[in-house]
Amino acid sequence: MTTHINGSWELGAKMTALVVDDDSINQTIHHRLLEQLGIENQVARNGKEAIDIHCSGKKFDLILMDRDMPIMNGIEATRKLRAMGIRSMIAGVSTRCVKQEIQEFMEAGLDDYQEKPLTSAKIISILRKIHHSGSISY
Amino acid sequence: MDSVVLLQRQLVDYTAQLFNEGFLDDQFNQLQQLQDESNPDFVVEVVTLFFEDSERLLNELAKALEQQSIDYRKIDAHVHQLKGQQLQKVCIAFRNYCEERNIEGCQKCLQQVKNEYSLVKTKLETLFKLEQQVLAAGGSIPWPM
Repeated sequence: MTTHINGSWELGAKMTALVVDDDSINQTIHHRLLEQLGIENQVARNGKEAIDIHCSGKKFDLILMDRDMPIMNGIEATRKLRAMGIRSMIAGVSTRCVKQEIQEFMEAGLDDYQEKPLTSAKIISILRKIHHSGSISY
Repeated sequence: MDSVVLLQRQLVDYTAQLFNEGFLDDQFNQLQQLQDESNPDFVVEVVTLFFEDSERLLNELAKALEQQSIDYRKIDAHVHQLKGQQLQKVCIAFRNYCEERNIEGCQKCLQQVKNEYSLVKTKLETLFKLEQQVLAAGGSIPWPM
């Protein structure tokens, strides 16, 4: 199976991703962005759902984690996932641009941070980090 | 001039106008790029979601401002969810009024936000109507615009 990234075909198993966001518009757009890049993905509406999905045994190459969500926010969810031993690429996604707030999110265990709105280019830059670090899980 | 070409020209001109007036920005282009044969109505779907979400938010904001004991943190959280480049200044003012617990200021901002959303909705509905007219006349949407 091949993965299509930015016009060039790369050999490998089909990549998987989890979109964690409480906003239905962001869910729709991020799901479609990933789909168009050939990345199989599903959506969790908050941090707790993301944890539950992982507890059910599912794993993902990439997690797009929104910061502000009800029930469990992105910072807490990221900490919990890392504590569970999840080593997937976790990219924080938020509208917040205050350095301190970004730092707080990064320190929870993020590999990357992107400001909303997400674009194909931003996702591709995250994906390149996965390829460089060789941390794809099958 | 061929009626399809005329309609397409109208569509292109109107879209350019909306970009110039700040009602549309690059995000609209991004949405169009996500639309294809497998997702032919993606742009309309997202925009419809946007207006449904916004209406719900505005109703919740109005309700929150009518309470005997106003929860300004809740209002601030709702304002944080509002989307739209043009609303940035109003949202900043809105959040400042929340911090100051200034109910009149909040109500004024809410009305401004409602007016803006109403205007955007009308403009986008006109845009989609024009697109439908082009398609109905047998033309294709000139993309990217």
